[in-house]
Amino acid sequence: MSNASLESNAAPLVRLDGVEKKLGRQQVLRGVNLDIRRGERMVIIGRSGGGKSVLLKHIIALMQPDAGHVWFRDHDLAQLNEEQLVPIRKETGMLFQNGALFDSLSVGENVAFPLREKGDTNEKEIQAEVERALKIVDLPNQSHKWPSELSGGMRKRVALARAAIAKPALMLYDEPTSGLDPVVSDSINKLMVRLGDELQMTSVIVTHDMVSAREVGDRIAMLYEGRIYCVDQPKVVLESQDPIIKRFVNGISDASDAIF
Amino acid sequence: MTRYAQRTGARFLGMLQMGGQIVFLLCDVIRCLFRYPIRFKLLVRQIDFIGAKSVPVVIITGGFIGAVFAAQCEFQFRNLGMSSAVGPVVAIAMCRELGPVLCALMIAGRVGSAMAAELATMKITEQIDALRSLAVYPTEYLIVPRFLAMLISMPILVGLAILCGVGAGYYVAVHVLEVPGVYYWNNTEKFTHDKDIWIGIVKGFFFGLIILLVGCNKGLQASEGAEGVGLATTESVVDAFIIVLIANFFFTFLLNAIL
Repeated sequence: MSNASLESNAAPLVRLDGVEKKLGRQQVLRGVNLDIRRGERMVIIGRSGGGKSVLLKHIIALMQPDAGHVWFRDHDLAQLNEEQLVPIRKETGMLFQNGALFDSLSVGENVAFPLREKGDTNEKEIQAEVERALKIVDLPNQSHKWPSELSGGMRKRVALARAAIAKPALMLYDEPTSGLDPVVSDSINKLMVRLGDELQMTSVIVTHDMVSAREVGDRIAMLYEGRIYCVDQPKVVLESQDPIIKRFVNGISDASDAIF
Repeated sequence: MTRYAQRTGARFLGMLQMGGQIVFLLCDVIRCLFRYPIRFKLLVRQIDFIGAKSVPVVIITGGFIGAVFAAQCEFQFRNLGMSSAVGPVVAIAMCRELGPVLCALMIAGRVGSAMAAELATMKITEQIDALRSLAVYPTEYLIVPRFLAMLISMPILVGLAILCGVGAGYYVAVHVLEVPGVYYWNNTEKFTHDKDIWIGIVKGFFFGLIILLVGCNKGLQASEGAEGVGLATTESVVDAFIIVLIANFFFTFLLNAIL
């Protein structure tokens, strides 16, 4: 059992309060309210292009809301400038959808990046830590390679190693299992659970993968038309009879969805 | 007519916006210089890319411009019996105008465009967001090393272009067109002053700053997709060089009065 249920009454680690965001002409978020508790694994599901990644980026202030607030502990992120956010981001890690590895650095340097930025100078320890992290994501002895030499799935795993190596308090995963084969997906799911349980990491996972949502999530939130439609235990959400949730969870398209 | 006015207006606003962004970027870079330690590894890498790897093109540009300029001057001055005056004309033109401006053109094409393309690609592949998520301030990590490397490299490159231009001019005039070498060199020394060299170096410094700020700004402001990267790259060269040419006009008068 994770810590989420033990601390459900404690102050949330992250609180989204009426977050609105417009990108171009599209109103992507229309007032999102969501509490993420310390130590829990919150899965956010929703249609493609529905604003899940945008929502995730608001949690570490990579985007600022047009209206509303994002609270991280006692800080209102919308009130902080880029430099004031630096200490907060030291406590967070994010896995980007396509990895976002630095092209100019090798795989090993990418993974070592957060450690070096933290001020670690012992090269031997850094190398050992990098090798250990790469082994955990099933990519041993790959540190000399360049990101351009890796497949999409491998990049994602390197990015996961990079995001998690400094053991942040809050990890954000943007579609961690998309584009991976079922075996690797399962290992990533297990890894997310392990990081959460062993290091008491709080995780927010954006995914389309219902298997992953079921296995990993302590709670599932569904984003629908720019708002949180429901938040509940995986079992409740995945077995819900609500037509909107049911259609999404079971992957049933409407006739109108299939018209070009 | 309305459309034409709209387009001109949009262009003008775009230019104002770019001007504002560049000023903000410059202020941000200067603030970062004082606030964060310098990343020497990145600085050395950028000096290698901006400075060392530009040396061949700068030598070729400076050398051949000096050579043809000397030849053209000699063809005209020959009729007046003033062939040995070619030396100072070439030297002063290379120092004050041709060296810095042509060097800036080559660096805008080789370095400014590469910076814009690299930063734009980093932006659209979320690498800049990744830097931010890893608690690194992008200006400090990406722009400051490029800024310092450009300001160190550009005056040296301009000096090199001037040297090659003057040397090549001497070679063509004296060894190919048979102008007496002693008179040529004496006149060059007599009429070329430190001031001329300083004007070239100072211009080079500021042109480097323009190329850097325009290139980095275009990269950081690039719109999404491959088209955005392409546009940022092209615009970085065209805009930087136009600004260099206009700035050059004002620098010519300003530096002549100051130095």
